Amino acid sequence: MNKERSLTRILTDKALHTVNLDPEKCRGCVTCMRRCPTEAIRVRNGKASVDYDRCIGCGECVRLCTHNAKLPSHDSWDTLEDFKYKIVLPPPSLYGQFNNLDNIDIVLSALLELGFDEVYEVGLAAEYVSSVTKIMLDRKEVKSPVISTACPAILELIMMKYHNLQDNLLPVLAPVDVAAKLARERAIAKGIPAEDIGVYFISPCPAKVFALKMGIGVNKPYVDRVLSVADAYMRLVPVMNNLKNTKSLTKMCATGLRWGVSRGEANAIFHEKTIAADGVENCVKILEAVEDGSLDDIEFIELNACTAGCVGGVMNVENPFVARGRLYQLARKMSTGVNHLTDVGKSKEYFTWEASPMVKDVFVLDEDRFTAMNKLMEMENVFSKLPQVDCGLCGAPSCRAFAEDLASGVIPADTKCPRLEEEKNQ
Amino acid sequence: MANQFIHQEYLVAGNNFNSAGSASEAVKSTLKKMGVASSDIRRVAIAMYEGEINMVIHAGGGIALVDIYYDKINILLNDKGKGIADLEKAMQPGYSTAPEEVQRLGFGAGMGLPNMKKYADVFDIQSEVGVGTTVKMTIYFG
Repeated sequence: MNKERSLTRILTDKALHTVNLDPEKCRGCVTCMRRCPTEAIRVRNGKASVDYDRCIGCGECVRLCTHNAKLPSHDSWDTLEDFKYKIVLPPPSLYGQFNNLDNIDIVLSALLELGFDEVYEVGLAAEYVSSVTKIMLDRKEVKSPVISTACPAILELIMMKYHNLQDNLLPVLAPVDVAAKLARERAIAKGIPAEDIGVYFISPCPAKVFALKMGIGVNKPYVDRVLSVADAYMRLVPVMNNLKNTKSLTKMCATGLRWGVSRGEANAIFHEKTIAADGVENCVKILEAVEDGSLDDIEFIELNACTAGCVGGVMNVENPFVARGRLYQLARKMSTGVNHLTDVGKSKEYFTWEASPMVKDVFVLDEDRFTAMNKLMEMENVFSKLPQVDCGLCGAPSCRAFAEDLASGVIPADTKCPRLEEEKNQ
Repeated sequence: MANQFIHQEYLVAGNNFNSAGSASEAVKSTLKKMGVASSDIRRVAIAMYEGEINMVIHAGGGIALVDIYYDKINILLNDKGKGIADLEKAMQPGYSTAPEEVQRLGFGAGMGLPNMKKYADVFDIQSEVGVGTTVKMTIYFG
């Protein structure tokens, strides 16, 4: 581990909460390494290894691994034993997993059958978030273009690499945090002892697992356990197929449901100049463009690291595009209205960040700028002599990354480019 | 030590809107690795991007030469395009000679040069019709 980089190691438990490697299955191929959006992966001793300081939890490596060696972290279903009174928060993306689902109450009722005492729809909370967002945009309270912070992988990326854009961030809690906050209060108001209450989120992606465990934008985490959509799906299907009575539980409108797909959030605020990008590489292009000032006329930007939005998360079971089609189909059967803030009787401040997320200097080569410059010059020097074909044989995702690893001391100074060595020996 | 600098060169391809912004992106990446303040990076980004897009739209491409020092960046943009007939006019906000099809694309609003001047601490432009245009900018890091 590089000395400087270990100094900036801020969140050591990321290793527990984003992705893990099954070393038995990893073949040491370059697939995940080449596509990691923050170049956080290196192949060392024939196995992929993640620099968790740079991991944004997007799940791209999980999605791409052809050997199923990358595992997203989440809590197991056994954690249902951990609390006496269990509140479950199902996300909009969950409803896209089921074939022929025409009534959300079937899913919600089945969740209660599985042992949860209460459900609170994240999509409902999303509608409140949309109302607050609209107010802040109407009043121009945030610098334009306002960038959504609902996708925690994108938020993490901005905190690492786009410090310029801090003022453009929408300082509103993620719908899941709002749902957890409201649901917990409601249970306490019913007289349930606070220590008995466990709030469980069913997550489509590892980024949300990490964000909820750490508590991003909040003083302390509101969610106690984070389960996966895939685990929930396996348990829900048999119960849903044999459901005797369906309770009337859902309050969410089509607006909240559409948060599960890209554009759902942007469309819910009823402003004209909006952008919605999905897929982490596309989001990076938009963030670069905002930095360059070429999107100054845009009011709101929704960014989802996963293709098609949250239905594209790696902890889902269904193909993102199939799930998206189902959500649209389902939305047509639902109320087109929106739940208003006045229904919950909370002020706008209730929904805004309690604590601003911290920027992270993980890409700075050295705290001392002269030293950083020397490393950069050394890096250019090394890079100029490399084949510049980005083959990945050395274990770095590109020749430039290899040059940077050498210059910054992440790998020993005498490390050679295997491709050049091979040519020499021929 | 203070006179050391990192030299970078970028070829900006003409009429290729897809690659416009890639030089700016590479320079930003270097400045972020150096730990330059984000407000300064933003000024460099805007000045650099406007310069790049100008060369794409008006000059059929050109080159960007960048020297990064401890406390400043020098950017030189050079093209062999058609040149600017009336520099004074070109520096006025909103004045544009961009072809109509380009303006329809959303570029060429006439803010390119004024924005470069606004965000650069030192700005100099030399242009000759039929020969080309050279822009020199310096941005100091606070």
